Amino acid sequence: MAARTTLNTRRAKRRYAADASLLFVAAAFVLPLAWVILSSLDPRAGLKVKLPDGVTLDNFDAVLKPDITFTPLLNSLILCGGATLLTVVCAALAAYPLSRFRSRLNRPFLLTIIFATSLPITAIMVPVYALFVQVNLIDTMQGTIFFFTASQLPFAIWLMKNFMDGVPKELEEAAWTDGASSFQSLLRVVLPLMGPGIAVVTVFSFVAMWGNFFVPFMLLLSPEQMPASVSINDFFGNRGTVVYGQLAAFSIIYSTPVILLYVLVARKLGGGFALGGAVKG
Amino acid sequence: MVVSQRGAGPGERTVVGKESGSNRAPRLRTLTRALPVTPALVILVLFLAGPIAYCAYIAFTDLQLTGQAESSFTGFDNFRTAFEDDAFLNAVWLTLVFTFLSSIVGQNTLGLALAALMQRASKPIRTLTGGIVVTAWVLPEVVAGFLLYAFFRREGTLNAILDWLHLPSQNWLFTLPILAVSFANVWRGTAFSMLVYSAALNEIPKEITEAAEVDGAGGWRRMWHITLPMIRRSIGTNLMLNTLQTLSVFGLIWVMTRGGPGNRSQTLPLFMYEQAFQKSMIGYGTAVALLLLVVGSLFSLVYLRLLRTEV
Repeated sequence: MAARTTLNTRRAKRRYAADASLLFVAAAFVLPLAWVILSSLDPRAGLKVKLPDGVTLDNFDAVLKPDITFTPLLNSLILCGGATLLTVVCAALAAYPLSRFRSRLNRPFLLTIIFATSLPITAIMVPVYALFVQVNLIDTMQGTIFFFTASQLPFAIWLMKNFMDGVPKELEEAAWTDGASSFQSLLRVVLPLMGPGIAVVTVFSFVAMWGNFFVPFMLLLSPEQMPASVSINDFFGNRGTVVYGQLAAFSIIYSTPVILLYVLVARKLGGGFALGGAVKG
Repeated sequence: MVVSQRGAGPGERTVVGKESGSNRAPRLRTLTRALPVTPALVILVLFLAGPIAYCAYIAFTDLQLTGQAESSFTGFDNFRTAFEDDAFLNAVWLTLVFTFLSSIVGQNTLGLALAALMQRASKPIRTLTGGIVVTAWVLPEVVAGFLLYAFFRREGTLNAILDWLHLPSQNWLFTLPILAVSFANVWRGTAFSMLVYSAALNEIPKEITEAAEVDGAGGWRRMWHITLPMIRRSIGTNLMLNTLQTLSVFGLIWVMTRGGPGNRSQTLPLFMYEQAFQKSMIGYGTAVALLLLVVGSLFSLVYLRLLRTEV
């Protein structure tokens, strides 16, 4: 009995210690986030975290204009939406034979895919730029969409294949017996059963592209095509003195979609959703 | 992690529909079956394998950005130049410092510590901390860069706190730029390690740690002798992925310091960019890129080995 009580008090003590340490880390991590929220509401925002001199929505008002917010966000949406759609469709198609049919080529193909997953894409941007100049794809939305797709595909195929492996083959056999083709059974049987998997691949690809700065920064040139990840730098360069309140407001508007998407999927599938299928094994 | 096949696909036995005729021509059947892979394969070959091959080619030329009709093959000149170039060696050194500090020491250790603490902490605090750390991770790279730029600037939050504590403040982005961007990368990337380790720790059976606890093993000893050996695969995977991720960080540093002041926070990706575009030496920039790619590939191969032991 006595042993049990000491164990329990020891555990309680340990919990307080853990709580305190976590709160300390949380406090350190929250400071930059607090800055962006407080500054966006502050008519005279500076660089440090402080309570606003009165709450105002002027900063949001100032940035919610076509050339500052709407065009870049629309560009982001076209780029990332287009590339995500292409990625998900190609990945689903490619994952099907990998998951369903036995072939000598599967293993080498999958190993190559995993290998490509972890290549530093940053390193090939210079040659991609040089190549795009030669084939006239530089400064085009479609070129950038294709490159985004290629950079995301390895991981998407790998994830998709793992999710597809989870759909029992027996369910498909019934469809085959009824004379359905592989394509029909993929479309009507397999994909509807792996809704969460498709959601994960879609959200993961979209979030990764939405936040990507280097790819559009290199492959797009004309300002009117730039997505939000690049145009946000204009707050520093082209508009004279930096209005930090507006920069903060824009950062919030630009970040909100990905945070919402993450919360949505994490709620549905539990935290660390994308890692479950892919990383830890 | 299953790389090998999970059971045979629909074999001849099960196929009744349109494929019954193709039994006579198994090769044709293989081709039909491989057909859905084609779109992905075409995109991957054209936009990923192509550039990599092109990278390996122009790294050996003196291709420049402007005013040059043709480039010529120069063998290993670019690489020779690189290893005699102080700016390149500086970039290599800074990349090592950046990777070691932010990925191996920072993200990995802090992520493990957070995951371990979360096992013991009360639920509301666990949720709160997890939410904050993950938000930092989900934010777009450039936004994270701006937030930490504001944090480390002379007029920023860090110095305000140091003043308040009566500690000496300084212009972090000027005096210790590489340390500032390393911390920024820790802030942004720790969530990944935290999630990987949380998942790994959850898989350790409760009975094992409890038994050790009853036997009187203290927290550190349990961590060292039981927990760490049991999650060593996750540690390997996580270190590998963190390092690969950190090697290719560009946006974060670009936003915070542009690689400066001077070149004191210029890691390899930023050096490569500067050589290729600000100095118009595409060939030289690509040679540096190729080196980065080779290092990345080596890490990638080790990662593959790690996965394979699990099959």
